[in-house]
Amino acid sequence: MALKEEQLSASIKTKNMTLIQAITDGLGTMLEEDERVLLLGEDIGKNGGVFRATEGLQERFGQDRVMDTPLSESGIIGTSVGLAVNGFKPIAEMQFFGFIYPAYEQIMTHVSRLRMRTMGRYTVPMVIRAPYGAGIRAPEIHSDSVEALFTHMPGIKVVCPSSAHDAKGLLIASIEDPDPVLFLEPLKLYRSVRDEVPEGKYMVEIGKGKKVKEGEDVTLIAWGAMVQVAMKAAEQAEKEGITCDVIDLRTLYPIDRDIISESVQRTGRAVIVHEAHETGGVGNDIVSIINDYSFLYMKSPIERIAGFDVPVPFFALEEHYLPTSARVYHAIKKTVNF
Amino acid sequence: MTIEFPIYQMMNENGQLVREGDKERLTDELVREFYYHMVRIRTFDRKAISLQRQGRLGTYAPFEGQEAAQAGSALALGNEDWVFPTYRDHGATLTFGANMARTFLYWNGRVEGCVPEEGKRIFPPAVPIATQLPHAAGAAWAEKRKGTKNAAIAYFGDGATSEGDFHEGMNMASVFKVPAVFFNQNNGFAISVPIEKQMNSETVAQKSVAYGIPGVRVDGNDIFAVYFQTKEALGRARKGEGPTLIEAVTWRYGAHTTADDPTKYRNQSKSDEIRQTRDPLMRLERYMKNEGIWDEGWTTQIQNQITEEVEQAIREVESYPKPKVDDLFDYVFETPTWTIAKQKEEYFQLLGGEA
Repeated sequence: MALKEEQLSASIKTKNMTLIQAITDGLGTMLEEDERVLLLGEDIGKNGGVFRATEGLQERFGQDRVMDTPLSESGIIGTSVGLAVNGFKPIAEMQFFGFIYPAYEQIMTHVSRLRMRTMGRYTVPMVIRAPYGAGIRAPEIHSDSVEALFTHMPGIKVVCPSSAHDAKGLLIASIEDPDPVLFLEPLKLYRSVRDEVPEGKYMVEIGKGKKVKEGEDVTLIAWGAMVQVAMKAAEQAEKEGITCDVIDLRTLYPIDRDIISESVQRTGRAVIVHEAHETGGVGNDIVSIINDYSFLYMKSPIERIAGFDVPVPFFALEEHYLPTSARVYHAIKKTVNF
Repeated sequence: MTIEFPIYQMMNENGQLVREGDKERLTDELVREFYYHMVRIRTFDRKAISLQRQGRLGTYAPFEGQEAAQAGSALALGNEDWVFPTYRDHGATLTFGANMARTFLYWNGRVEGCVPEEGKRIFPPAVPIATQLPHAAGAAWAEKRKGTKNAAIAYFGDGATSEGDFHEGMNMASVFKVPAVFFNQNNGFAISVPIEKQMNSETVAQKSVAYGIPGVRVDGNDIFAVYFQTKEALGRARKGEGPTLIEAVTWRYGAHTTADDPTKYRNQSKSDEIRQTRDPLMRLERYMKNEGIWDEGWTTQIQNQITEEVEQAIREVESYPKPKVDDLFDYVFETPTWTIAKQKEEYFQLLGGEA
């Protein structure tokens, strides 16, 4: 798949974009491509979304395709179920991931299990987009990162890009997926990352991680905004002659076990970095995957650097809550010196 | 608000029409159809309870007493309409065309019971309360966008009106003016909690005011009233006039489920009184006798036919092949994720079967 992506990038014209521009571009591409694609959410029409992810799309595609809804998370997800079952491909925007809680029941009791309950007669091919994560000095609740609530939920895929290229490709793959996908957009990276994004339609396969840096001594596994934190720690470690393999997981359910196994079996060491709370976090599933497939290759215990088991704090303290490259660096050293 | 939302009735408890002129709307054929469907679903319901008592069915949610509300509203629907039932609306779904054996299967813990007949747009029963209202709004919205004349109906009880999704579904439907009918069966209790403790408003129908949509309060034991009011609401929906909230005031004789004991929280003798006066079947029987369209031969014939249908459905259920263990794993995603595939494979190895 990685090779296919490169070929695509080489043969197709690209444009330098921020992550959020790539999302807008991906939404526009699919609205253009497929009549069944509909966007619904709060403030996504005229306002273009509070982060401008849908900017200009209502103007281009009309109010019937890009719909401002009432402030109604459960209503948005619930009506999307009806729309999806009845022939459309709704893309529902949650204004912030931390506002998804009123819709949790709909997602847990209907979105994720309708295919199973009807033995495939009714399916819910919808995408739920949600900006998530701390580090942008947002008010309380806005910065939550509760992806584990959804990776634990049977019947929904969870995707989280960390580059503009992947954001568009994964978004299109999520829209094309016959099953529901929760698409997490790292707020902190919306405008702070830029890279080359192919024009038109292309897909990045769901369930496949990406090696963002090659190394021999330790495997760092991260997603979303934490990829950059891991990269920074890796660069710091490199100055001391410790080289790191850095994996951007990109999909949190189902996790790419192959990319993890390949790397940790070579390095024998792993540090997992996520900003969500440590207990019950996705990091624990990665530990299990390493345990299942690579136990005998390990030279040291696996380290987890995660958000603390406390509510994401008011932003005056968020820099202490969020994993830092210093903490990751410390963990790298710990695994090497074990 | 009971003044603004009076109970709409066409036929009183003695089986007489309350207004001149309604007679022409009621052909003998239609009246017989009403009677047939109510007898059919009552027979089903009683059989289900008896099977549960014999240990041949799991816990079951009865609806006896609500036949007019369920059959009357379902008969008003068009073949292409959508039905979003709760776990107590199998009377409505059976009338709409759900398969009887499958309906029994549902209560026997088989997922096959959720799969609608080919061509019938029936959602699996909503087990959480009120969550099906937004689904109906969404499916109706899709019909509107497609430019069809189809509508969606969502069934729910009085307890559902206290849930957030009652509001979210009705609000979305009214804001986007979708062709949906919200059909409430108010039987006065949400398990043990009486309506006075459920809400401070006198009627459910008045809640329509908040959404700027028509609200109708009907005698839910009067199948004529239920049928024609639902037809009217569907007519408005098909004309692009948006949703309607219907409150069918009814009474269920039995328990919330076969696992529940209503004598602990309500006066059951009131229930017996209601059966004598307001029962939907007795009332229609009185009407048919008053109008001279009662025919013992015909009623015996349909009762026999229905009994045979029910027995046949039970035979089908009891000889149904055992569920395949594959079904546990194969329907979660279109293509199982590696985790599910691995869990399935390892479990089948343990079972010693073929994976």
